[in-house]
Amino acid sequence: MHGWNWTGFFEYLTNGYLFQGALVTLGLTVASITLGLVLGFVIALLRMSPLKPLRWFAHFYIWLFRGTPVLVQLIIIYTGLPQIGIRFTVLESTLIGLVMNEAAYLAEIIRSGINAVPRGQSNAARAIGMKDWQIMRYIVAPQATRIIIPPLGNSVNGCLKTTSIASVISMEELLRRTQVLIQEKFMVLELFVVAALYYLIMTTAWDFVQRRIERRFGRGFDISAGH
Amino acid sequence: MTPLISLKGVDKWYGPGFQVLRGCSLDVARGEVVVVCGPSGSGKSTLIKCVNGLEPVQGGSIAIEAAEVTDPKTDMTKLRARVGMVFQHFELFPHMSVLDNLCIGPQKVMGRPRAEAEAKAMALLERVGLAAHAAKFPIQLSGGQQQRVAIARALAMDPVAMLFDEPTSALDPEMINEVLDVMVELAREGMTMIVVTHEMGFARRVADRVVFMDGGEVIEDSPKDDFFGAPKSPRAVEFLSKILQH
Ligand SMILES: Nc1ncnc2c1ncn2[C@@H]1O[C@H](COP(=O)(O)OP(=O)(O)OP(=O)(O)O)[C@@H](O)[C@H]1O
Ligand SMILES: [Mg+2]
Repeated sequence: MHGWNWTGFFEYLTNGYLFQGALVTLGLTVASITLGLVLGFVIALLRMSPLKPLRWFAHFYIWLFRGTPVLVQLIIIYTGLPQIGIRFTVLESTLIGLVMNEAAYLAEIIRSGINAVPRGQSNAARAIGMKDWQIMRYIVAPQATRIIIPPLGNSVNGCLKTTSIASVISMEELLRRTQVLIQEKFMVLELFVVAALYYLIMTTAWDFVQRRIERRFGRGFDISAGH
Repeated sequence: MTPLISLKGVDKWYGPGFQVLRGCSLDVARGEVVVVCGPSGSGKSTLIKCVNGLEPVQGGSIAIEAAEVTDPKTDMTKLRARVGMVFQHFELFPHMSVLDNLCIGPQKVMGRPRAEAEAKAMALLERVGLAAHAAKFPIQLSGGQQQRVAIARALAMDPVAMLFDEPTSALDPEMINEVLDVMVELAREGMTMIVVTHEMGFARRVADRVVFMDGGEVIEDSPKDDFFGAPKSPRAVEFLSKILQH
């Protein structure tokens, strides 16, 4: 036992190597959510398609990725697939795993958002001659977005933390870099607390951003948020 | 003269077991105002949704200005853009300002430049007495104001005809007249209109004909004075006596 080391703690709090790791975590989150939204939107549309095989495919996809741990998915992609000749770099594996996993969750969120927009809205848009894609683009999507933001915010928060799982395939994000430093310096508690603080700062900053976005999209639905 | 809107023997089913429209025929000439009434569930809303193809039909034919609604080759988005529709629950787009509600159709469907769409929208808002509310969101307006905006939104597309589905039945009584007044003015200016409503006062003032529906059928289609003076079918007599009590 060698107690808590304040000097070490503050040193690591401003450590450039860790800070860069946090930036990687942030980058992974932004990429996973952005690409996950695109893929999730496509899967949500497939899930609502009039064609049965497309619906089944979407259903299967969501079932598969929501029913298995990201950790297992990442290990299969990075460590397992080379066995049958499919090789991805660490970054590629991480992104593939996180994006496909996020897409499965986001698809369900997007679908329920779209379904929550009253049918009368698309009828009214159709009645002024809008095409299907225009109804989606100008009428349904903006209203669905407002409904989707709170659960989407949870997903972003979750994703920030889930990226840490990529440390097991040696993705150089925040947790991995923390562990690397621990192996050199043995300040286990100090370093993990620093890592936890970094995560806390990022999730708190996101909360703040989310509230701003909610206000922006709440216009027209709540009189007090009108202008 | 060929009618502007013509329905011939229209049959429609919701699912295999339930026929909602049975051989409905209806001609509306240019400039005519036709009021459609009948008991709840008789198929009035369905009938006017079929007119601009919001609901498909399984039998008979519907034509607007000689364009067959029922022909799969008809460009339905083009056709719908030419027929205005007003709904019971207004269906304004809640995420857009009043002005944007009026501009979105002309801009995105007709490809008009923003400035032109805005000028026309402001003129229409002026006409329905709501120019001062252009920048507001629909939720900030009363029901009667929202419905007048909805009428203006439909008019922004320069429609050849207007369809109304119970435009005042979701409104508080004191707001009904402000909406009916706009509709009366439209009728007097020569707009072709099909109006589903139980406002018989409105029918008396501006309808040319009254159509009575029951059980998915057009039971009676008479000039207004004949309908109110001497309804032909016993069901229409019964219906009239019920709603005129109020
Ligand atoms: N999308 C639908 N699917 C199945 N049945 C429907 C659908 N829409 C309406 N119906 C049924 O069709 C019948 C006619 O409905 P419609 O809305 O046209 O009647 P209505 O005359 O407008 O009645 P109301 O005065 O209550 O508005 C009703 O029995 C209704 O329950
Ligand atoms: Mg109805």
